Amino acid sequence: MRVTVRLFARLRDLAGSGELVRDVPAPATIEQVWRSLVKDMPALADYERTMSVALNTDYSRMSAAVQDGDEVAFLPPVSGG
Amino acid sequence: MTPLVAVTKDPLSLDALTAAVADGAGADGAVTSFAGLVRQDNLGRKVAFLEYEAYEPLAVKGLQRIADEVKRNWPSAKLGVHHRIGRLALGEASIIIVAASPHRGDAFAACRYTIERVKQIVPIWKHEHFDGGDVWLEGATADPDDETARQTAYRIACA
Repeated sequence: MRVTVRLFARLRDLAGSGELVRDVPAPATIEQVWRSLVKDMPALADYERTMSVALNTDYSRMSAAVQDGDEVAFLPPVSGG
Repeated sequence: MTPLVAVTKDPLSLDALTAAVADGAGADGAVTSFAGLVRQDNLGRKVAFLEYEAYEPLAVKGLQRIADEVKRNWPSAKLGVHHRIGRLALGEASIIIVAASPHRGDAFAACRYTIERVKQIVPIWKHEHFDGGDVWLEGATADPDDETARQTAYRIACA
């Protein structure tokens, strides 16, 4: 199945793109999407301890199941205001 | 018509947001506001400008969530909060917050609570461009369900 991955701020810079389309075997969780990304882009790995994740524009957890067509976002620590 | 909650590339207007939040017919006895401005000195660096990036749909939901929390904490308070994104020059406002209520205590507290919560849970990032380089600033790991963080914001607001 195919999911859209959104990356922001320094994660986006490290990946060289803010939006990627990834194919992952079903069934899958957000964590499996992340693992597949890190396999291709090891520089992202440092963010695993500090980032937040979102599924279809709501905060979520690494253990959440993803479906075909979902949008998964990985968010570095925030610095708004 | 000015929305109470917004993430926008346009310059922010405290006058417009105040008019949208405060009841001019006499119900509100207090209006407080906060504006966050781009500062020239940060951690010893001379800032040239900031670029703000947002995950917009979730950022808007985050601001709305904070407005809902304010309503629960201070039922008589009304809140407006606008966050700007894109490139901002020194001195420009990146965020404006307006709180109105019958009495000043709730309005001050709601305003302070909101800025603390924005820094905790709203997916917006500062990219600082300074003399000699640039850096992404990283603050809190966003977790809206983190009750400890929420209580910290509440304590600061009521100090």
